[in-house]
Amino acid sequence: MTITETTGTTSTGTTSTQEAYAQVVDHANRADPYPYYARLREQPVARLDERTFVVTGHQEILDLIHDPRISSDPRNLAEGHSIGGHTPAAETDAEGEPAEESPSLLNAFVMLDAPKHDRLRSQTMRHFGPPHHAGYVDAMRGDMARIVNDLIDGFGDAREVDLVEALAYPFPVTMICEVLGVPREDEPRFHAWSEDIIATAEATGPEDAAEKRERAGLATAQLTEYLSALADEKTRDPKDDLLSGLVNHDGPGGRMSRVDVLNTAIMLLIGGHETTVNMIANGVLTLLRHPEVLERLEREPEHVARVFEELLRLEPPAQVTPTRVALDDLVLGGVLIPKGSSIWVMWAAANRDPRHFADPDRFDPDREQNDHLGFGGGIHACFGAPLARLEVQIALVEVFRRLENPRLVLDPPPYRRNPFLRGPSHLPIAFDGVRPR
Amino acid sequence: MRLVVDMTKCQSYAQCCFLAPESFTFQGQEALVYDPAPTDAHRGKILQAAAACPVQAILLDRSDDPTLARRELPAPPPGPTPLGPESRVVVVGASLAGLRGAEALRREGFRGELTIIGDEPEEPYDRPPLSKQVLSGRVAPESTTLPRLEDLDAGWRLGVAATGLDLDAKQVLLADGEHIAFDRLLIATGTRARPWVDPDGAGLDGVFTLRTVDDSRRLRAALEARPARVLVVGGGFTGSEVASVCRDLDLPVTVAVRGPAPLAGALGAVVGRIAGDVQRDHGVDLRCDVSVTTLEGQDGRVRGARLSDGTFVEADVVVVATGAVRNVEWLEGSGLSSGEWGVTCDAGCRVFDLNGVVTDDVFVAGDVARFPHPVFGAEFMAMEHWGNAVEQARVAAHNMVTGQVRRWAHLSVPVFWSIQFGHVIKSVGVPSVADEVMITQGSVEDRSFVAVYGRQGRTVAAVSFDQSKLLEHHRRAIAEGAAFPPDASTVNEAPDQDLEPAGLPSTRTPWAVAEETDLVVTGDEPSEWRTTWRPRRADDQQPQLARQE
Repeated sequence: MTITETTGTTSTGTTSTQEAYAQVVDHANRADPYPYYARLREQPVARLDERTFVVTGHQEILDLIHDPRISSDPRNLAEGHSIGGHTPAAETDAEGEPAEESPSLLNAFVMLDAPKHDRLRSQTMRHFGPPHHAGYVDAMRGDMARIVNDLIDGFGDAREVDLVEALAYPFPVTMICEVLGVPREDEPRFHAWSEDIIATAEATGPEDAAEKRERAGLATAQLTEYLSALADEKTRDPKDDLLSGLVNHDGPGGRMSRVDVLNTAIMLLIGGHETTVNMIANGVLTLLRHPEVLERLEREPEHVARVFEELLRLEPPAQVTPTRVALDDLVLGGVLIPKGSSIWVMWAAANRDPRHFADPDRFDPDREQNDHLGFGGGIHACFGAPLARLEVQIALVEVFRRLENPRLVLDPPPYRRNPFLRGPSHLPIAFDGVRPR
Repeated sequence: MRLVVDMTKCQSYAQCCFLAPESFTFQGQEALVYDPAPTDAHRGKILQAAAACPVQAILLDRSDDPTLARRELPAPPPGPTPLGPESRVVVVGASLAGLRGAEALRREGFRGELTIIGDEPEEPYDRPPLSKQVLSGRVAPESTTLPRLEDLDAGWRLGVAATGLDLDAKQVLLADGEHIAFDRLLIATGTRARPWVDPDGAGLDGVFTLRTVDDSRRLRAALEARPARVLVVGGGFTGSEVASVCRDLDLPVTVAVRGPAPLAGALGAVVGRIAGDVQRDHGVDLRCDVSVTTLEGQDGRVRGARLSDGTFVEADVVVVATGAVRNVEWLEGSGLSSGEWGVTCDAGCRVFDLNGVVTDDVFVAGDVARFPHPVFGAEFMAMEHWGNAVEQARVAAHNMVTGQVRRWAHLSVPVFWSIQFGHVIKSVGVPSVADEVMITQGSVEDRSFVAVYGRQGRTVAAVSFDQSKLLEHHRRAIAEGAAFPPDASTVNEAPDQDLEPAGLPSTRTPWAVAEETDLVVTGDEPSEWRTTWRPRRADDQQPQLARQE
């Protein structure tokens, strides 16, 4: 293997990487960023700036996410380096220790390494999936179908709806509220908080970034206050929900600390708000663009399992994870990455890597070996993936079973600002009628 | 429905357990146990699970998949000896390697006549579940029939053993007297359980080995009768898995291990001792550094065993798990290079003849194949692993239909797994050649760690307990010849990274075989040089003492 040491910012590779990256995040290209991902992928591992590398190749990302020299904790970044608008230094206390006392997405297990990550994740999993709660998500199938159908009933006599407003947003949000045990009527409040927390990735300049960081901090504080009160309530009066489980369970690893409960709840709430909605909207959009697949899905609803995975490959809602750090000098895809570098994982690019997927831009649910990275991978693979899988599959089957002659009103639709969590902000669709449930 | 999970790929993402909890479950934090024959009522959920698997490890039966028929197969590439539609391929051995090899032949575009010969009456079935979910009673023995991944269109000769090979006439001889002609032959006859050394003891009621579906059916019935104690002879993977099932069923079990710890023969004493602690934690009566000298019976039934330390273990079920014997007897006199060590081949699965010259038409794959691997000193070795059978069969099939320039080499880094006592133990590389070992990540106390093995400064293997996701990294490190001991900073560093002797038994050299068999060379001119095989030991002599882990 030849090892390229990309030194300085003058190499042509770096310039073209910077240009391609600028195109990827340019909102003007949000409807189809994939040609720019393809340009980035010409170098599967490339240097974006002095301390940042972007990884776009499928194999290279697989290597990366299984590599124990890679940390997911931004506190391991080289000094003076910021990531996604956050400066890790701001998250440490006066002694430079991680500021664990302030609950935040940045302290949730998605941004921690093993062994603490493993302990928190399994303490959370205990109330959500195998081995202790194995049938939990599977048992929600009926609920999900009912909620989706209620929402479709709510279309009433309308012959045109914004699918995002009418279904793609309210459905997963209802589900995450139910799972966590958050009253549905409080949802508008944490919708706004969630938007503010993820908006740091949308900053247009240093000033805007500072403002957005401040708003995110405020939103986190308010969300924390809200969840803290709710956790108190669950301690006094436990219900059959995840938050009650987290605050009350005394497992083999001991009881989860209050601050860890809040970190985890913030993460799950944001995860449940910002990704599944995009998956449903992207799914309806893509299927309406592929009538032949839609036809087969209507004939053969079981086919939705493969349709969904192919959607996730082509249109992953989480396109980029900018939070990996090299703990040591390492060589990835022939490129030397120095210790302390920030590494951005470009899932959306890897999912269309022609070295791994034949004819990668084609929507082909019959594709064999569809080992896409739409839910990430390694120990940080999406915690809520099984819930999202069933939600989206049920939503797609029911929408197309019930709407007569559905069609796009606007193609492409308008997109949300966030370049990393990509999806339509509105998806107007028209139809001739609604079949009975 | 029929399915199999490629556990060499599984990294315990658990998506199948969420989506189809009736068919896929976790034992402990990571160990997947599944139903290989779920009812059609769960079909939708199974399809969701298979589609969702992030590593695409769930393989469904495709014999009635319409997309297979629609698919265009590649035309066999032109080569010096093309395998056209009038050619005949014979596969001897109808287990995993034979089936996957046959399927790969069809996938490679072979359209000629395909015959599969197997001595067992059953269709090809999967063996790993036999010592796990079948023995525990979660699934029926019959349910392990392997899913078909291709439309085979093969002639099956099941229940008839191959008894000989005539290379000049290019024919396989069958036990029923028939001769089957071939243009290309794939040898995939695998291994059988090594029987108890003393035929009298082996013949007692209550004494079992575990290799075939019939073995598992009989042993399962014996366990269902709630024996007072089970004695497992040998602490290798099969023996340890049997002990694990016994404890699951709350049956008292004693494991007698010849070495210092269970699994020490494969993983070394350091990791073996951890496995031994796990066994004791689960209530196994573990006896190390002892061998079983005699099995004692009464009225034709086993009543226990005498150990080398003089103690007697009362047991009404004895499971002899002392390794495997390669099925090579049928090749005696064929002129191929075969013996106790396996059927020797090149990295492209082409079998050597006795003179060490490679054949063009005879290929081998699976447990019986002995092949060179450059990462492990280019030594010839046989791998009794599920994953090796699958991958080697694929390479063999490819090389059977393609010409010389497109040949593949079987160079994948070996992977195997075991599920016992609620843990999934996985290994990449070849731990048995290592001289040193170091726990690198995780915690031994939590039974969740990775151990990396080295030989003379090179990383040669890694073993994980409930840390399958990390193992993928080490697999690549082994292939790329990473230095040992590893010195990079990593996440989840183990508290004490001590370098220890791996504690593996010194491997037997081929000279040990030469003590029983001589290969002699005759001739004075290149045209006359010949190797011939001469047995040194008399036929009536006892075979050497059974090897135990």
